[in-house]
Amino acid sequence: MIKQTAAELAARIHAGEISSVDVTQAHLDRITKVDDQLNAFLHVDAEGALAAAAKVDADVAAGKPPVSPLAGVPLALKDVMTTKGVPTTCGSKTLEGWLPPYDATVTRKLREAGVPILGKTNMDEFAMGSSTENSAYGPTRNPWDTSRIPGGSGGGSSAAIASFEAPLAIGTDTGGSIRQPGAVTGTVGVKPTYGGVSRYGLVAFSSSLDQAGPCARTVLDAALLHEIIAGHDPMDSTSINAPVPNVVEAAKQGANGDLTGVKVGVVTEFSGEGYQQGVLDSFQAAVEQLRALGAEVVEISCPSFDYALPAYYLIAPSECSSNLARFDAMRYGLRVGDDGDHSAEDVMSASREAGFGAEVKRRIMIGTYALSSGYYDAYYGSAQQVRTLITRDFAAAYEQVDVLVSPTTPTTAFKIGERVDDPMAMYLADLCTIPANLAGNAAMSVPSGLADGLPVGLQIMAPALADDRMYRVAAAYESARGPVLNEIPEL
Amino acid sequence: MIAIAETLDYDEVLEHFDPVLGLEVHVELNTNTKMFCGCANVFGGEPNTHVCPTCLGLPGALPVMNARGVESAIRIGLALNCEIAPWCRFARKNYFYPDMPKNFQTSQYDEPIAFDGYLDVALDDGEVVRVGIERAHMEEDTGKSLHVGGATGRIHGAEHSLLDYNRAGVPLIEIVTKPIEGMGHRAPEVARAYVTALRELMLALGVSDVRMDQGSMRCDANISLMPKGASEFGTRTETKNVNSLRSVERAVRYEMTRQAAVLRDGGSITQETRHFQEADGSTSAGRPKETSEDYRYFPEPDLVPIAPSREWVDELRGTLPELPWERRKRIQDEWGLTDEETRDLFNTGAADLVALTVDAGAPVAEARSWWVQYLTQQANTREIELAELPITPAQVARVIALIAEGTLTHKLAREVVQGVLAGEGDPDEVIADRGLQVVSDDSALLAAVDEALAAQPDVVEKIKGGKVQAAGAIVGAVMKATKGQADAKRVRELVLERCQ
Ligand SMILES: [Zn+2]
Repeated sequence: MIKQTAAELAARIHAGEISSVDVTQAHLDRITKVDDQLNAFLHVDAEGALAAAAKVDADVAAGKPPVSPLAGVPLALKDVMTTKGVPTTCGSKTLEGWLPPYDATVTRKLREAGVPILGKTNMDEFAMGSSTENSAYGPTRNPWDTSRIPGGSGGGSSAAIASFEAPLAIGTDTGGSIRQPGAVTGTVGVKPTYGGVSRYGLVAFSSSLDQAGPCARTVLDAALLHEIIAGHDPMDSTSINAPVPNVVEAAKQGANGDLTGVKVGVVTEFSGEGYQQGVLDSFQAAVEQLRALGAEVVEISCPSFDYALPAYYLIAPSECSSNLARFDAMRYGLRVGDDGDHSAEDVMSASREAGFGAEVKRRIMIGTYALSSGYYDAYYGSAQQVRTLITRDFAAAYEQVDVLVSPTTPTTAFKIGERVDDPMAMYLADLCTIPANLAGNAAMSVPSGLADGLPVGLQIMAPALADDRMYRVAAAYESARGPVLNEIPEL
Repeated sequence: MIAIAETLDYDEVLEHFDPVLGLEVHVELNTNTKMFCGCANVFGGEPNTHVCPTCLGLPGALPVMNARGVESAIRIGLALNCEIAPWCRFARKNYFYPDMPKNFQTSQYDEPIAFDGYLDVALDDGEVVRVGIERAHMEEDTGKSLHVGGATGRIHGAEHSLLDYNRAGVPLIEIVTKPIEGMGHRAPEVARAYVTALRELMLALGVSDVRMDQGSMRCDANISLMPKGASEFGTRTETKNVNSLRSVERAVRYEMTRQAAVLRDGGSITQETRHFQEADGSTSAGRPKETSEDYRYFPEPDLVPIAPSREWVDELRGTLPELPWERRKRIQDEWGLTDEETRDLFNTGAADLVALTVDAGAPVAEARSWWVQYLTQQANTREIELAELPITPAQVARVIALIAEGTLTHKLAREVVQGVLAGEGDPDEVIADRGLQVVSDDSALLAAVDEALAAQPDVVEKIKGGKVQAAGAIVGAVMKATKGQADAKRVRELVLERCQ
């Protein structure tokens, strides 16, 4: 049962063939069985999930129509989304034991859609990282090879669906944290258009880049989840007040395997040195596959993309240095040194010292420096200019093509510990995914097979508010390529 | 112990130095809700009862702009003759302080909503000074810290601190003047007059309660001195905690005399924040800053830019009420008042109340006299604003009418007003309940008059001998006998009749 897609499970639950409680319990059992090897979950909420499932079952029994197309299908939620009364740590010691008094908008929409939330998944602390090794609660392991990283920051969510602990998950993508874990675990990960999904209740890393999105094993499942969590939210000023692109319809249309009339641009900047040969081979095969499906393929140069990584590593840390200032031990979270002998300032300082990990501190320091008076123009200001240039490159490209494609990551999953002492090598994992965040466009990763026995991802990018375009291409490609996850070794 | 700084005689200060002022006034808007969340914007309340994830800065919570706050900001900008930015943004001002939930304040930096305006300010003698406005920008208020223990009530030295976030996120407008130069000895008066004019403007716009005692209007005064004839400004200090109009004047004057003493002795002014001491009118140095604060401003990524359309700005321009200085001029002309009378009328905050009393049928002179004199005294004794006295303009107009028709003497009228202020009801009810009618029945009065005449035969002789002014003694005795309820004019007539 746990190997079925979310769409299949939903159909069977709504038809009364199986109960949501049974489906939810089966996934809870799977978590109990395999999560010791993976550490994908930081918190499992069996009681909450089963209660939500029972409610769906009661509706089905009463002959009521399902509250959503995914009602009754359980999900794993990245621990960066607030959940009322359920621990939300963001992978940080500083929030250990914090029980949010409110639900994120995404959480609320999932509850309203009758989606049982199995628990909260592991992540790099405050979503800063590309391997989930920066979690204060230990790394998550890749179910394809538990000596390897599952990507990051949302490694927990992707590992959970790749290992059949959950059919669906929510991730957040600031520089690739949905797509890169998707690529290295052989799953689908979507970063919707910036503002397409509410950020209310998403604990901010970098406000102008963060975007929540669906993680799934199939393109259609991702589209079904996308539709539930997307839409305008008056609680988030940056949420777009426009109709949600019809991603489900696009995924269904794409599944017929016809891409005639679709123009695909191959980004020439994303190849060459630093790219694993197996990844490039897989990408080449994917491009040929798209051509075979009827797409017209052209090469597109986006020269500013070369500066995306440095620009990102100024903007994201700058915003994070401000966003994380609130963790000061005054109202919530870890408090250290409050013994009556220390001032509030001392307590703040000691608590932050004890509560944050090395990578978070590194980024807060970089960001604090980049925003300092006298340096602002050279760093933050220049980075914003690069951002404008990248947006222009995208705009020019989309005048010529409907979607852009590239490898999602330069390499397959690396070994745990391999890059922890080399932040620059770690940062390169997001080389291909960052431009879409800087421009606020839509992008996703779909599995494109294996290289040396490990999954590779194909990145498909689309203009803002044209998320449906990439779903169509992804679904067509998926239908031609066939499943990848059936080759995953048993845990 | 705070060392008492040396000061220089005020006249001597002006012999050697020219003062330069810069005033930063924070005005809390009276919107129904806070600037970035749906919490009620009310003064006071049990600590931490008007809070939510957003104004507590909980992880994940986001701000949403209060459109009414923006509207008020634009109206203030227009009333201050400012340009309104066609496009501007909020910015984050980053610094750590326990009463600031996010450890950054959502403010505006290099893109204020309103800039480059002026305010014409009337001084006590009627002279009008134009104060340049650098900018007016939007921001949010912080929470409040209560420091328990320690000598100063400030965080330094306190044993522990309590935090109340009810005020966190309340919309603020910060209005910054251009340097105010060339005012000489009138600088302190100009500072007070400017804040007074600004306060009246906010009241006229209806955008704030502007209660300095409750902190809904706060003034920081930047003060520096430069040697006479110099063109370069001296080092300035910023005096905070200036909580009344009078304090604004005192603080500026004190800082001028203190700085002058330092400079005269060859010292130099430390650029610092100083705290105004209400008790003795001095200022004291805050904790010295080791390094100058770097707020690391950057555009607030959680909010979208504000781009007020021309049409909207024009529409808001149309909603501006008659502005205080326009109104002052009109009322002075209409009522034929002298400059001094006009000043008293406005300084006591009586203008609106008098106008309403006149609308209720009272003559201007009487209405003005009641509000500006007797009722202002009553408000002062109770330490409340004139408008907060529990008496309405209609009630005052009724009292004035009762005097005119002879039902009340002035003395009785004051008793009636006391009754109204004590909550005993309308003037007529107070009169009935207290039995305060003027005694106008001649037969009752005559008995009292005869009695008084009989008691003072020598006075009767004087009156009969032509000394009519001696009648005052008899009138006084009658008024005393009737406990002031008789109409003195009628008593006098009766006395003179009896002595013919
Ligand atoms: Zn609030």
